[in-house]
Amino acid sequence: MPNSPQTPGIVAQRLPSSQVAENFATYMPAYEAHEARVAADRCYFCHDAPCMTACPTAIDIPLFIRQIATGTPDAAAKTIFAQNIMGGMCARVCPTETLCEEVCVREVAEGKPVEIGRLQRFATDSLMAKGVHPFTRAADTGKRVAVVGAGPAGLSCAHRLALHGHTVTVYDRKPKAGGLNEYGIAAYKSTDDFAAREVEWLLKIGGITLQTGKELDRDMTLESLQSSFDAVFLGIGLGGVNALGLGGEDMAGVSNAVDFIADLRQASDKSTLTIGRDVVVIGGGMTAVDAAVQAKLLGAQTVTMVYRRGKEKMSASVYEQEHATASGVTIVYGAAPVKILGAGKVEAVQFAYESGETFTLKADQVFKAIGQTLVGEPIARDGKKLIKRAGKVWAGGDCAAGGEDLTVTAVAQGRDAAEEMNSVLMGSGA
Amino acid sequence: MANLTSNFIGIKSPNPFWLASAPPTDKAYNVERAYEAGWGGVVWKTLGSEGPPVVNVSGPRYGAIWGADRRLLGLNNIELITDRPLQINLDEIKAVKRKWRDRALVISLMVPCDEESWKDILHRIEDTEADGVELNFGCPHGMAERGMGSAVGQVPEYIEMVTRWVKKHSRMPCIVKLTPNINDIRKPAEAAYAGGADAVSLINTINSITSVNLDNFAPEPMIDGKGTHGGYCGPAVKPIALNMVAEIARNPATRDLPISGIGGVTTWRDAAEFLALGAGNVQVCTAAMTYGFKIVSEMISGLSDYLDDKGMELSDLVGRATPNVTDWQFLNLNYVTKAAINQDDCIKCGRCFAACEDTSHQAIAMSADRTFTVKDEECVACNLCVNVCPVQDCITMVEVPKGGLDQRTGRKVGEYANWTMHPNNPSVAAAE
Repeated sequence: MPNSPQTPGIVAQRLPSSQVAENFATYMPAYEAHEARVAADRCYFCHDAPCMTACPTAIDIPLFIRQIATGTPDAAAKTIFAQNIMGGMCARVCPTETLCEEVCVREVAEGKPVEIGRLQRFATDSLMAKGVHPFTRAADTGKRVAVVGAGPAGLSCAHRLALHGHTVTVYDRKPKAGGLNEYGIAAYKSTDDFAAREVEWLLKIGGITLQTGKELDRDMTLESLQSSFDAVFLGIGLGGVNALGLGGEDMAGVSNAVDFIADLRQASDKSTLTIGRDVVVIGGGMTAVDAAVQAKLLGAQTVTMVYRRGKEKMSASVYEQEHATASGVTIVYGAAPVKILGAGKVEAVQFAYESGETFTLKADQVFKAIGQTLVGEPIARDGKKLIKRAGKVWAGGDCAAGGEDLTVTAVAQGRDAAEEMNSVLMGSGA
Repeated sequence: MANLTSNFIGIKSPNPFWLASAPPTDKAYNVERAYEAGWGGVVWKTLGSEGPPVVNVSGPRYGAIWGADRRLLGLNNIELITDRPLQINLDEIKAVKRKWRDRALVISLMVPCDEESWKDILHRIEDTEADGVELNFGCPHGMAERGMGSAVGQVPEYIEMVTRWVKKHSRMPCIVKLTPNINDIRKPAEAAYAGGADAVSLINTINSITSVNLDNFAPEPMIDGKGTHGGYCGPAVKPIALNMVAEIARNPATRDLPISGIGGVTTWRDAAEFLALGAGNVQVCTAAMTYGFKIVSEMISGLSDYLDDKGMELSDLVGRATPNVTDWQFLNLNYVTKAAINQDDCIKCGRCFAACEDTSHQAIAMSADRTFTVKDEECVACNLCVNVCPVQDCITMVEVPKGGLDQRTGRKVGEYANWTMHPNNPSVAAAE
């Protein structure tokens, strides 16, 4: 008897592998050319467009959509990549409903925005499918820069530095480059190994050496990098995970949502991954949603997301919340975990509403998703984050002050740091 | 990035996209914004004679037609030439040209039809260092009532005469802007050429009424209960303009006369089509008025990518399609195609069937399960099904190869043969 959603415990193969594969492949299909033209036709080519202002990387959205409308998707892609070299991934993972599409005049007026994210994917896919890298590296400047962390911030920074002719070495502690694009994005949003393909495509600019499996403070120190490079960029992300601070956290069946998400991304046949029958996710951010939705896609019978504050405070957007509930996830608002119950392995979690009323959810698997934290003490901090520049060391992305846990913000900060580094290295900036 | 640098009758500009003489080029503020946005050149809005300037209406100046989603398809206007004092325009032109040396700046002119008036205005603009003049013989409303604009452009003899005056009294390159409100566009072009014009530009706007107000029973745009015909422009006029450009480009009498193409240019593709038919550059107005000056970015990237893709220089494109514009009588009557419906793409709407069954040749069959297939024995290859099909490339025209059987005629497809060689042609019979 094969496993089913009803099988007790944490088991693999709750659904046939073909069903799991389909579940993960059908989230947001790419536009056909005709669909893209029709979608592009809805854009009004607004003056000083609100969408462009809302984009952290300030992509010229009306222009790229017009370029799609006039049958030149490759030109559209160049418009995107000129501002955001990871425009392909951002087209897949940006919460457009809270950025460009939220302020689209047609969203404001009609509740139906131009589908900017999907159009961006159409354009970027079109150019990347040709294997063409649209930029040419400037002549070698002789300057060498170390980038620590091959996530969106680090790679964006490295690309812009390389574009300006600097020679860049990128270090990452993981075996693969990509950072959260490779290990942290929900598998159903980045299908067909997109993150890895994007890295490979990005590196075609030349002048960038990738060194994976190298960790700061283990394989090299900031001081050693400062002495052997002309400048250093830290895009190390948030390597630590917040603990609940409750008893029973180390019980079998309790784990970090980020690890579950990473395992999903690295598994070629996702049906081989184990998942509980009754899954409880604690947290209210994108990580919590991604864990909950994917638990459902693997065939968990019940998945409940519990968030300690109200719906309006949830950092996952309304769109994401609706996507979770449409996927079969139950969301409970305004309840905090009190106790993890079980003998050796988790059996249930007790929660309390603000009123003090308590309730217990049956659980054979619990995912913690209450935020990540900076590890190590490499340089000066601003509160819990790194300050963005100290000496010849820059920082960007989630680890830095102003980082927002968004790929697009990390890309913007990496790019802007590279521009500033370029000015300083070439003597035209302070 | 292809090199888009343009040299039109000796006037250089970084790209072949100029703004046409019209409201967007009425003053320095607009023109400088256009240059900042990347436009290669402008033709400054038409200047008139020294003296009290013309007066424009203070009611609506524009009428329009739209698609269902308010896409502006056609615009008409009843605005006259510049209503600002001549000297202010001249001072601004001079200042702008000095600041923007790499951009083209041509001055549009329209003065009464006598030699003194033309001599005077040419003398006054000499000091501006503008790159050339464009003679506005096209404006179809208002000024025509006063014997200017299209009133001149509709009489080839006047065109030749005035052009001759301009060439006599000025060393500046001279472009003659033609009105489409005429039967045969070749005649005014020939007249301009005979008068010594360096180029023609076309089309100016087409006489039109865009709509009628059915509550007030007056044409739009309506001024205090009355309306008048205005000049029509925008995407809707492009096919008319393309034909007129091609007629001049392929006319043996004017084939060496440079053409500045105007009429509904909205995207890079529109521009490329004008260039392919023989225009040396293009002028744009309505697209800029609809979307702002920034649209030139798309025109530049699109044309550049197209040229790169084709491995062509800009000059290779100009006139590339002209030799393929011919008269009907030279079309190959032995070229046979048949419509083919791709069943995988077909959405079974039946529009092809309705079009063919009701209005064409009953060459499409419809089955009980709504499968639509072409009857080759009836299909004359009219292309109507292709044009009415809502799915792009679902219906295509497939050539029957030479020697293949045309199911409709029962004859094998033969070698090239046109009407001049056809036995049904009485002229052919008479010659035998």
